[in-house]
Amino acid sequence: MFSGLFSPFMVHSWEATSVVAVVAGVVGFFVVVRGATFAAHAIPQGAFTGAAGAALVGTSTLLGSGLVALAAVVAIARWGRKGRHDVVTALVLVGMLATGALFLSLGSQYADQTFSLLFGEPLAVSAGYLWPTVGLGVACTGLVLSSYRRLLLTAAAPELARARGVVPERADFWFLLAVGAATTLALPVVGALLVFSLMIGPPAASRSLTDRPGAALALSVGLALVTVWTAMVASYASNWPLGAFVGASAVVWYLVGRAASSHRRRARARAAVRS
Amino acid sequence: MSWLFAPGFFSNGPVQAALVTGTMVALVCAPVGVLAVLRRQSFAGHAFADITSTGGSAAVLLGISPVVGFAAAAATGAASMEALSARRERDRDLVTGAVLGAALGLSALFLYLSATTRNASGAAVTVLFGSIFSVSTSSWPWVVALGGLAVGLVALAYRPLLLSSVSPELAAARGVPVRLVGLAYLGALAAAVSLSALTVGAVLSTALVVGPAAATLGVVRRPGRAMAWAGLVAMLSVWGGIVLSYDSFNWPPRGQGWPVSFFVVALVLLAYGASRVASGHMHARGRASQQSEG
Repeated sequence: MFSGLFSPFMVHSWEATSVVAVVAGVVGFFVVVRGATFAAHAIPQGAFTGAAGAALVGTSTLLGSGLVALAAVVAIARWGRKGRHDVVTALVLVGMLATGALFLSLGSQYADQTFSLLFGEPLAVSAGYLWPTVGLGVACTGLVLSSYRRLLLTAAAPELARARGVVPERADFWFLLAVGAATTLALPVVGALLVFSLMIGPPAASRSLTDRPGAALALSVGLALVTVWTAMVASYASNWPLGAFVGASAVVWYLVGRAASSHRRRARARAAVRS
Repeated sequence: MSWLFAPGFFSNGPVQAALVTGTMVALVCAPVGVLAVLRRQSFAGHAFADITSTGGSAAVLLGISPVVGFAAAAATGAASMEALSARRERDRDLVTGAVLGAALGLSALFLYLSATTRNASGAAVTVLFGSIFSVSTSSWPWVVALGGLAVGLVALAYRPLLLSSVSPELAAARGVPVRLVGLAYLGALAAAVSLSALTVGAVLSTALVVGPAAATLGVVRRPGRAMAWAGLVAMLSVWGGIVLSYDSFNWPPRGQGWPVSFFVVALVLLAYGASRVASGHMHARGRASQQSEG
């Protein structure tokens, strides 16, 4: 049953999903720390439009979803500040999804393509897709890690950051850009609807397991890798869509995180009683 | 008028049914949406939208009416979010995220199984992006029941809801059972979202709930009046969407209509954009008159 798991045509899928997991683990950690869950949910669904448009005109999915993810980032950063942030994001989001539905309906492979763009199709990853994925992944992780301190500081204490000459809005924009890039990578592999699960589940659990940001970041990457590898094997064995397993793992990680934090709270209370 | 209404529009059975369904749904979603915007619960509304896709796809797999699936999933989602509810806002987002991930993962599975076992390969599109033309008149009793539930809950808890939306502390001090009121509202929101999912599809259903409300709240301050205007905006968007989609059979590529949900969402967004421009204008004028007085 598992003999074909590492056959040559699966190698690209393994490599691509691993890259996606590392990037999602790093970017997702900051999404959770900065409380940017709504944007992390909205940008992937926007990128779906780009992928659908690319399918309609026949260009690369990466190019299409990347361009529209960029547009979504600019829109959220530009107009989101003035009005109610969540309402604007929600509306930008459904507008893009609806446009994606239009593009797909004007194309020919409506149902199949819709399904794989929304729920992922890692087996379709080709060598041509792999190198852009790696390049974009390195750029994205580099961008986030090089502004590691700034991203943490603006999230924890915006006033202090401003006093130190860091503009929170600008940090926010760069961060959203990284979310956009991570999304573009992950979309063809896990699907527009489940990029969010991969970005939220592992980092949320890792943050309950440890208080040290560095360790939490590393743990988040590790858990994301475990998620996609398990999902790959399970999906290969059952022939069910990869997204189903990634979605299920979000709940597992959430429950692990909850159990860990309540355990640690109890341990701390016991220590306090003893001392 | 034939440039606007393509021949046969008014005598077409599915169009008539769609107009009736759309009107009912629009009038329910708008008032509930106004409260969602005031209570800053757009994310919860959006999460329900995604969760309903699980119910819709399960309904396809089981061969039952989609509206039953939508409503059951939204109710389960509301209950599990309430059960897992955490106090801090950031944790609330994470709970929503976990529930959402599970729901979408299950949707993927159900849709895949529908496509392979029941040979319903178009199910993904119908459930996620909807088509008001495919809503059968046999779901009208459900629409009326869910709509009545949503409007009834909002009407029943109208004043405490508004108070607890503006200031939970003040509401609690006045003896309003804030948590119970919040739960009643979640119920109303879940019902409204499942109706909207039936009309424009699960992942687009936020548009009809939050969109018209956000558009009117930009220019109308009083909640009651905003609800009425939002109802009007929602209704016009749905009607306009139906008309344009019917007309689009004659647009390129010919012989294939554009999705009706696309037009409905586009019109809602247009209304929102117009309201942003108008409210910016009003602010500018207000500032100018203040300056001339001062």
